[in-house]
Amino acid sequence: MQLQIAPLRRPLRVDSIDWLAIPESEGHRLRSLGLEEGAVIEPLHRGILFFRDPLAVRVGRMTIALRRKVALAIYCTALD
Amino acid sequence: MDTVSTPLIALVGNPNAGKSALFNALTGARQKIGNYPGVTVERKLGRIMLGDGRPAEIVDLPGAYSLTPDSLDEEVTRNVVLGRQVGQRRPDAIIVVVDSANLDNHLRFTLELIGLGLPVVVALNMFDLAVRDGLEIDADLLSAELGVPVIPTVAVRKRGLDHLAEKLASVLTGPSIAPATLEEPPEKDRKSLTAEAHRLAKKVIIRETPTRQWTRILDGVLLHPVAGVLILFALLFVMFQAVFAWSETPIGWIEAAFSFLSLQVTAFTPDNWIRSLINDGIIAGVGSVVVFLPQILILFLFILLLESTGYMTRAAFVMDRMMASVGLSGHSFIPLLSSFACAIPGIMATRTIMDQKDRLTTILIAPLMTCSARLPVYTVIIGAFIPAQSVGPGIGLRGLVLFGLYVAGIVGAMLAALLIRRSVAKGAQGSFLLEMPRYQWPRLRDIALGLWQRAWLFLRRAGTIIFVSTIILWVLLSFPKAPDDIGTSQADYSIAGRIADGVEVVVRPIGFNKEIALALIPAMAAREVAVSALATTYAIDESGDEEAVTKSLGDRLAGKWSLATALAFLAWFVFAPQCISTIAVAKRETNGWKWPIFMVTYLFAMAYVAAGITYWTAMAFGLG
Repeated sequence: MQLQIAPLRRPLRVDSIDWLAIPESEGHRLRSLGLEEGAVIEPLHRGILFFRDPLAVRVGRMTIALRRKVALAIYCTALD
Repeated sequence: MDTVSTPLIALVGNPNAGKSALFNALTGARQKIGNYPGVTVERKLGRIMLGDGRPAEIVDLPGAYSLTPDSLDEEVTRNVVLGRQVGQRRPDAIIVVVDSANLDNHLRFTLELIGLGLPVVVALNMFDLAVRDGLEIDADLLSAELGVPVIPTVAVRKRGLDHLAEKLASVLTGPSIAPATLEEPPEKDRKSLTAEAHRLAKKVIIRETPTRQWTRILDGVLLHPVAGVLILFALLFVMFQAVFAWSETPIGWIEAAFSFLSLQVTAFTPDNWIRSLINDGIIAGVGSVVVFLPQILILFLFILLLESTGYMTRAAFVMDRMMASVGLSGHSFIPLLSSFACAIPGIMATRTIMDQKDRLTTILIAPLMTCSARLPVYTVIIGAFIPAQSVGPGIGLRGLVLFGLYVAGIVGAMLAALLIRRSVAKGAQGSFLLEMPRYQWPRLRDIALGLWQRAWLFLRRAGTIIFVSTIILWVLLSFPKAPDDIGTSQADYSIAGRIADGVEVVVRPIGFNKEIALALIPAMAAREVAVSALATTYAIDESGDEEAVTKSLGDRLAGKWSLATALAFLAWFVFAPQCISTIAVAKRETNGWKWPIFMVTYLFAMAYVAAGITYWTAMAFGLG
């Protein structure tokens, strides 16, 4: 499932990322933050009001914020 | 001291690893310590003593995630480390600062840096917070695995620093295996570095006990889709109300002190030009600006608290979607919020924005955020024309008007961003990818230090730019002397009055009088000079009046301006780019005059239109 539609507070494993759908600099920063194939992540919060964008995600012991466009390019599997 | 033989040490690490705090602790020098990525927007140099007593130079670099830069900030770090930064020699050793509670992520960059071959010491920083989070880390094992010394440190409590200095001395005396020219590692190595970092982190973290995670609990509230927005706006509202409510008493003390000073000058000096220069020029001009120190400090107190607690990045998260609607991102919110204090650090903080068009747009709209220099202007006009009445529990009308002016600046900025992103900075939607650090208690000492630095900067400005421009204006207003028999006021007859005649032609249609025209010219140096200029102009005009000596500027304006003019004056200052320093920093950050000229032109146009609309509307409602 795409990260954007994954339920909150459920751990996920990143199966694949459509790197071509993400601008190069963002892809690089995403990798630098440890969000790449094989990473265990957990979506925590969605953006304000009815927008559901951006998304706060736990990666390791860190929380990062990313936009819907990036979350749509990340494919995951629920760990539980 | 011979700097060539003095070793240079670079302080490098991921954002939020505590580099700035470690730099302060090691050098005793002071700089701003924030809690959002990229707070160290400039290189900072300092001196330290190594463990063997040798002195060394230390350079604090902006936070970076790797040696392949995504932003201007990271580019500076890469260039300094590899010895490519103009005017900066290559470091002889590196202190890699790592957040102990975030080893998985931070060790990747550490491995990349160790791979360069320069002598390295790893500072396992914020060790206490990792323990608080239930982590037990084997630093010796990590050192053995990395092949470099690893020292647990708590920068803010100065723990582990002696040990760090000792290890630095020993790595600097050992043989260097660094090649003559350093190159960043190839991209293909990155994946293996990540895997190695994860392996190492897993190995050296001996125990991981789940503890109560305050950050998670707080984020549940502060990033809540509804509560998060309400809390952010409530915080901003409280901030602007506090600027008025908390400052009343100390402002009264400062006013009383300047009044006393003025009366003493009147009592002990003969009635000549020297008394006029001191009373009408220096005391009226400088005093009218210094009186706003309490308000500026209250504003900075809030900004510093938001930064140091880690809330600033949450505010960026909450605001991202709204910023996206005008073509920007939450990244822009951090520099823009800083611009409420001052546009200069705000513009410099845009270096962390990855998207260059986002960055340019943020620079161009930063002067629209209501900086602290506008406070003297706003406060004096609001105080003179808006009654001090309550409009609800704990809500004063004056505070509400001030809040409205802040909102006008924000709306103007968003409108400008929308147009700029659709015209001169056209391009794809910007990005938003941000690390949100743990929440931390603000350290009283750092906050006090930040406030002291701000107070000092403000008073120095009052003592230099404002002091000098006030004296120049006093001279221009006082000469030539108006003859008694022609019925013209001194201000009208003076050199300044004649210059203002020309400006007045342009600003008369928007309701500005000659005194305002006069004040706008020196106020190009800094906005608050408008207040001192008005104070000096009216003081000179009333210098014959003994009772007027202790009269505040607000009282004088209330008697001379219409409400329509006062409101138009406020509207002008919401938009007008009256700050030489901001224009200069915009030139530096955009590498040329093209964008600063564009910025000044569009902002003056907005100021003129806004003041005009305000004046004509107020006149239509009979407020003239």
